[in-house]
Amino acid sequence: MADASPPTRMMPRDALAARLWQAASGLLDRPMALVQRLVGGNRMAWIFLAPNIFFFGLFVFLPIGINIALSVTGGTNLFLGDRPHVGAAHYEALLDCRSYLEPGSCREDHFWKGVANTLKFTLFQMVAMVGTALVTALVLNRKIRGRGFFRAVYFFPVLLSPVVVALIWKWILQRDGLLNAAITTAGGQKILFFVDPGWAMFWAVFVSVWAHMGFYTLILLAGLQAIPADLYEAAEMDGTPPMRVLTRITLPLLWPNLLVVLVLVLIRAVQTFDEVFVLTGGGPGTATVMIVQYIYETAFANQVQNFGRAAAASMLLGGLLFALTMLQLWFARRKAA
Amino acid sequence: MTVSLFRQTRHPGRIGWTDILSYAYLALGVVLMFGPVLWLVLSSLKTPAALLEFPPSLLPLTQKTVTVPGHAQPLELYRVRMPDGTVRELAQVRRIGIQAQMLDPADPATIIRVPIEAREPIREMAFAWSNYTEPLQQFAFGRYFSNSLIVTIVATIITLIINSMAAYALAIYEFRGKALMLLLVIGTLMIPITIVLVPVFLVITQMGLNNSLWAVILPGAATPTGVFLLRQYMLTLPRDLIEAARMDKASEWQIYARIVLPLTLPALAVLAIFSIMWRWNEFLWPLAVLTKSEVYTLQIGLNAFQGELQTQWHYLLAMTVMTLAPVALVFVFLQRFITTGIANTGMK
Amino acid sequence: MNRRHWLAGALMAATLAATPAFAQTTLRMTWYSDGNEGEVMRDLLNRFEAGNPGIKVVLDTVPFKAINENLPVQLAAGQGPDMARIVDFGGLAKFALDLRPHLANAAYWEQNFGPFLEWMREPGNTTAIPGFMTQLTVTGPLVNKTLFEQAGVALPGPKATWEDWAKAAKAVADKTKAPYPVAFDRSGHRFYGLAVSQGSRMIAADGIPAPIDDGFKRAAQLISDWHKAGVMSKELWGSVSGTAYRGANEEFKNAQVPFYLSGSWQISQFDKTVGNAFDWIAAPTPCGPANCSGMPGGAGLIAIKATKHPAEVAKVMDYLASEPVLAEFYARTLFVPGHIGIAKKGVAYQGASPQAAAALKVFGDSVAALDPAAYRIQGNAYSRIVFNAAISRLGQSIAGEISLDEAYKRIESDVAQQVAERNKK
Repeated sequence: MADASPPTRMMPRDALAARLWQAASGLLDRPMALVQRLVGGNRMAWIFLAPNIFFFGLFVFLPIGINIALSVTGGTNLFLGDRPHVGAAHYEALLDCRSYLEPGSCREDHFWKGVANTLKFTLFQMVAMVGTALVTALVLNRKIRGRGFFRAVYFFPVLLSPVVVALIWKWILQRDGLLNAAITTAGGQKILFFVDPGWAMFWAVFVSVWAHMGFYTLILLAGLQAIPADLYEAAEMDGTPPMRVLTRITLPLLWPNLLVVLVLVLIRAVQTFDEVFVLTGGGPGTATVMIVQYIYETAFANQVQNFGRAAAASMLLGGLLFALTMLQLWFARRKAA
Repeated sequence: MTVSLFRQTRHPGRIGWTDILSYAYLALGVVLMFGPVLWLVLSSLKTPAALLEFPPSLLPLTQKTVTVPGHAQPLELYRVRMPDGTVRELAQVRRIGIQAQMLDPADPATIIRVPIEAREPIREMAFAWSNYTEPLQQFAFGRYFSNSLIVTIVATIITLIINSMAAYALAIYEFRGKALMLLLVIGTLMIPITIVLVPVFLVITQMGLNNSLWAVILPGAATPTGVFLLRQYMLTLPRDLIEAARMDKASEWQIYARIVLPLTLPALAVLAIFSIMWRWNEFLWPLAVLTKSEVYTLQIGLNAFQGELQTQWHYLLAMTVMTLAPVALVFVFLQRFITTGIANTGMK
Repeated sequence: MNRRHWLAGALMAATLAATPAFAQTTLRMTWYSDGNEGEVMRDLLNRFEAGNPGIKVVLDTVPFKAINENLPVQLAAGQGPDMARIVDFGGLAKFALDLRPHLANAAYWEQNFGPFLEWMREPGNTTAIPGFMTQLTVTGPLVNKTLFEQAGVALPGPKATWEDWAKAAKAVADKTKAPYPVAFDRSGHRFYGLAVSQGSRMIAADGIPAPIDDGFKRAAQLISDWHKAGVMSKELWGSVSGTAYRGANEEFKNAQVPFYLSGSWQISQFDKTVGNAFDWIAAPTPCGPANCSGMPGGAGLIAIKATKHPAEVAKVMDYLASEPVLAEFYARTLFVPGHIGIAKKGVAYQGASPQAAAALKVFGDSVAALDPAAYRIQGNAYSRIVFNAAISRLGQSIAGEISLDEAYKRIESDVAQQVAERNKK
């Protein structure tokens, strides 16, 4: 599509929005041309980056800096100047474990429980999410009646707020909910889903897949539709079995889209908080406490608002996340090469 | 066969097992995806008592009542299994412990005593519209709605513009420090605002933005996710297009505004949807910086039905449905971008 | 970029429109609602405004979550309201305004709110008048009388012990197939509704919590045994984590709970939603080895120190706390009065069924039966820290993650750590 279009003056299809944008961006034509003459063509990159960097700096990097400062101070005061310096005490407390594989042996057992649960949740969720999204994309890629409608159906839950999603499912899954009503009607025994750690984790994963798979399905579908049909036709002429077509043609060609999906799913999974919290409350016991929940509760929900401890925990989390992303990207690059 | 599995049915009119499987999967999907939302809508029309019933009824039902001469209040109707095995429709006068005093509306003079296990309420469909009308009178829905709308629209526009500019720089140019910038974007991708809530609150307070809608709009404007998505998309644009424009003496700004951005439209639409959903549903952050009711967003307003010891579910559900309506509208409006937009252009 | 300017303009206009142009003091009251009390308060404020044209009070209703989690941060940042309805008196005492210098009749306040004023003061302060109770609550059991009748089990008498009630409730539940013989709200405060009667004192002589005493252990053991014996269901205490509150009010309304330990605040809702479905009563708190006392609690409206208009705030507070106004507030919200004079006279509850009125009377009487230890616990600045640690760790123990002994150790270390953090200057 792009190759066929004229080199300039591509118009978006929405005439009004397009005209508005043309007018607005047109106003900047001259000033920006002047700026370009001043800084040179290639250094325009920084001009384009500037607004984003400004907001990033103010609301991401500066807060991270403040967080680092908070993490070495104690007490309950809000402003840094009023907080006594405590050195690495918060980090020491957080890292104080007899065994890192045994959250119960740690001084801050809930933090480690959160780490373990988040890793578990992320792993299950990535497998389930990519699996379902892929199957759904493959089905939607076939020539079926009402394809547009079905795509919309799968996408719709993406629009709901996490709190609403969790509320709906909580009502369905509770002791006297819709699902148990269905089970008893079918002659079964009621299942107390939120009392069993396994079930609670299962539903946490299920509900988040339910809520977000539509988006990932569309990204994968886009990739599937870009795979040339003649590849498949050639494969058919060779009599290649379907599984082989999937592993040799479809998946390799879909890889760039899969990578985007994997990165985004990982990020969302690790950040999960309100969705699971509203659904399971972090229980039973502490079986679905997520790390972000621990940080939030330490900073706000506990009676003593321990900003320092929460900041230290978030710095540790930040380090972990950064490492995870880098690992994933490195892995992806190797695989793509 | 192989092709049909991955592309389409090759022989129109013939339905193979893969088609049946596909349709079965999609049918299940419709039930699973729409069912819960439909149930939410139906539940929002139930009375508080009906909301808590077990087994839950699918439709909003209330007990049928009948007005009987001699009784000021309407009486509730029950289906009663009589000792002789017959079933009669009786109205209940009062219940004392586990005995109910009932009467036949046709013969109001005779009181019949019935054990309460023997009666079963007769119910009819009734929508509790008061779940919607009462809170609308109580709280300034219009004000909250317009606040949410302003936040959502302004924030989305800012996000689209500055994110696409940054993505353009990171996708098109080669410059020193680019690797570092990329690293920072990807590194911050993962930081949820929940964990930097206190520092961002401090920044906002120092800027004096508390209780202004800007306090909600600005902090999330530069989304790493947006930069990442848009950049991935821009990388797929043909470079010779840009080279040709440079030959034509187009300025860098013009190339961005007139060539690259329109071609990025599908990805922008995806980001717009994300931004709209995110802003519309945002709750924790506005709650921290907005304390005056004239700047409340809808999410704060509707969650005010959650008290310390009680939650007024009937109002909360009804107002939740109200906040869903605009989202559904956006969806209808933008869905051609979602479904045809990304799909046809491909995200290579 | 002109589009953004236009929007910025619109935004400014929207914010400006909210501020009145004429000279008038606008006060802000941060409020949360469990039921209709927000409406009643608005109504009373309207009446106040009619009589005091110079003062306008805006009611900012927030989710309770914001009172607990955001309000302390906002107050610390100097961004708070002029008045707020709160429950954590000890934690927020340092932000409270002393109304005394602005009150015409401070004696009235001391007479009627005396014991509660102590809850609201900073440790060591004996004179401040920070606010008044919008509601006094008291824990106590709500009983589904119809289930007892159906099962043919007699209701235990007024001096019955916890064990008596548990046994009776279990017998009822077995016959009527009710899934929750005994239910407690998942809350540390409700746990102390049991623990006080078992002799727990919580606070050591120096005013610092020493939560794990014999009374505490007896209560925890009872709860643990009841879960093991199927008298309590894991669904309430075992299903959510940390300090998350989980009530059993919905289960009670569905006639699934013969004996429900909650408190006076449930009455107005049960009155509306249970309707004619079954008979329910409030019972006096069962007895333990130490006493037959429940736990007091409640919410109060306090004035905030950072206000720019202390005199006007005092005027509003004085109006709201005056006897006829406050009596009307309690009567219309079905709250147990936190005003000694009104409590003595009794409240003529409006629109309450005979059933609800009877229950309110029972709870009113149990206020009189409260043990001084219960008041001391509730009034201590650290009590909520203990409540939270207790419910969080006992919950884990009920879920089977840790033993009771481990829970005790964790509670002690959690409390010690938080107390130390709060006192770090």
